[in-house]
Amino acid sequence: MVSTTRDRKVKLSVTLLRVLIGWHFLYEGVVKLFNPEWTAFGYLASAQGPFKPVFTVLAQDPFIAWVDIMNMAALLIVGVCLVLGVFERKSAIIGIGLLALYYLAHPSLPGVQQLNVEGNYWLVNKNLIELAACILIYNFPTGNYFGLGYLKKGRLTKIEKK
Amino acid sequence: MKWTRRDLLKGLGGLPILGAVWWAGAANTMSSRKQRSAILEQLNIRPSLPPTVPGITGKPVRVGIIGFGIRGEQLCRSLGFATDEWKEEMRIAAEEDPNIKALEDFENQDKLNVKLTGVCDVFDVRAEKALKSFNTSDNQMKRYSTYLEMIQSGDVDAVVIATPDHWHAPMSIAALNNNVHVYVEKPMTHTVDETYALQDAAKASKAIFAVGHQHRQTLSFSTARDIVEKGTLGHVSLIQTNTNRNDDNGAWNYDIHKQASTETIDWDQFLGSAPKVPFNKNHFFRWRKWWAYGSGLSGDLLTHDYDRLNCVLNMGIPEAVSTSGGIYTHNDGRNVPDVLQVNMEFPNFSTGSSQIEGKEKGMTFCYSASLGNSFNRPTILMGHDATMELGNRLTVWPDGASTRYGEQLELGKMQPNVPIYQYNPAANVPDAISSATSQYFADKGLMWTYIDGVRVDSTFLHMREWLSVIKNGGKVSCGIKEGFEEAIAAHMAGLSWKLGRKIEWDTKTEKIVPIEGIDFDEVLLYNGKWVTPTQANEV
Repeated sequence: MVSTTRDRKVKLSVTLLRVLIGWHFLYEGVVKLFNPEWTAFGYLASAQGPFKPVFTVLAQDPFIAWVDIMNMAALLIVGVCLVLGVFERKSAIIGIGLLALYYLAHPSLPGVQQLNVEGNYWLVNKNLIELAACILIYNFPTGNYFGLGYLKKGRLTKIEKK
Repeated sequence: MKWTRRDLLKGLGGLPILGAVWWAGAANTMSSRKQRSAILEQLNIRPSLPPTVPGITGKPVRVGIIGFGIRGEQLCRSLGFATDEWKEEMRIAAEEDPNIKALEDFENQDKLNVKLTGVCDVFDVRAEKALKSFNTSDNQMKRYSTYLEMIQSGDVDAVVIATPDHWHAPMSIAALNNNVHVYVEKPMTHTVDETYALQDAAKASKAIFAVGHQHRQTLSFSTARDIVEKGTLGHVSLIQTNTNRNDDNGAWNYDIHKQASTETIDWDQFLGSAPKVPFNKNHFFRWRKWWAYGSGLSGDLLTHDYDRLNCVLNMGIPEAVSTSGGIYTHNDGRNVPDVLQVNMEFPNFSTGSSQIEGKEKGMTFCYSASLGNSFNRPTILMGHDATMELGNRLTVWPDGASTRYGEQLELGKMQPNVPIYQYNPAANVPDAISSATSQYFADKGLMWTYIDGVRVDSTFLHMREWLSVIKNGGKVSCGIKEGFEEAIAAHMAGLSWKLGRKIEWDTKTEKIVPIEGIDFDEVLLYNGKWVTPTQANEV
């Protein structure tokens, strides 16, 4: 396989992005895993924007218990897969879904009060940007370049042949 | 198959990252939880559970409502009786804004085993409104033209009194003398003499007497009591509590009903012991603005704050009270002040001390009120070791110069600006180290008292407790002792404002220290300056 310098630079950059996003998801998941008192209640109960009623319902029993578990599990799965470079495309889709929910619960719409944010946003916020980054990861898997995918794609034999 | 170093790096390079992130997440979470539980363990605060009372079983309690105005209607809703008009109003309100859950909350409220069998109101419109909604096939209700007629009818077991202040004691005493149970709104009495007379009547009666300080049911206050008793705050030397309102309703300029007239209102009965003045709608609907019927800030709102703290600290009657203030924001013919500062002295009170014996003793309770500004000033208890903000939510911050927490503060395990304890009855767990987020949610009022997932109002709990004691015996949380302390403290504040001097309490004789040539009740009611309001005052 011939790689131009340009290709390698792109691969390297996307890989870096993938690992950092994985890192972010993983850390969020682990913190929740080790803190049994954590709950998404506050985030959901204070939801704003057009989907507020949906999130308000999710913040109530019996849904909230499931929401908490699913959220934590999804964060961990996406985190582990993106860091290790395996099942990236499936993980990227889960990541997109999660980020879309986070965005919709507290969208950066004009006229909607921004809760607990450190910057200023109009339509676009960091959740949306991370979501777009997950789309890139979905379209440009790098597990074969850096990750478990490298081991399973028969790369080793190729190298041995060299 | 041979793995080169390059294969390992490219294939398994993610593993050390995974390990590092996992370790960091776990270690950080565990250590902050450990630190937190160490603090919580040391503080050993027990968050209070929702109150449980024995059921109100058997024959329903027959309740009569005296005074079906704003508060009277609210109290009836807590008993499970809402007018058709209110239901319709709330249904429309909920349609316009789904966040308004008053009707839903009312419908979810547990049903109490009561019948609302009587109503007594001097304004025909109000009495008829009650009859129209509540006199149904399964709840026979009758209108009585006087409270005595209702109390002596034998058809009510208990009365709820939500009248102007000057009627609280006469009605309560009459009911107690007839062994009819009483739930009376605050302030318990209107004069000093009445306070003693009501105390005697309550002690002599077989009936259960309760004062409507519903916040005694608020879960955070019983937790606050535990916090103080455990010495968390150290010696509390100052309490600051406030009223801030800046609207017509808050300044007691309630709506004047268009059907109000001498035809529809029994004016003489309204006046009772008050000076005989000609019919005046302003006085009738906005009675809180005149000492003859109400007691302004000291009776209406100071009593809430005083009893809230008395429920947490049990500090009793202040040994001295100094009040200042004036009519500065609503100069509309009222004679009660609208800006008021009350300093109550408790020189022998202590919540315990972490310092050398004898260094700390005594406390000032400082109530500050304005009807011309609505900036929210919280209630704070200021101790040598910590400060507590008291509300539906509790927050405790260590003091930078605390003796008790000195070591932890030095080691950086505690910081003066970081709460060491936070309590929220809606959350499942106490939150030792608060985040800006949790603070924000609580401030937004998102977190309310939930019992088994249902939002419950404290007035309901307070009335349920009273009814349960009627049926099963026991003790109400705001009875004659608490009511007596509240009433005397409020009267001392009012007297001090009127006389412009310090009013003292003699703990031995349990009397307000007399001042030569002054009749306290005469001062409280008229101050020798009573002027007949002219018809020009009439709205």
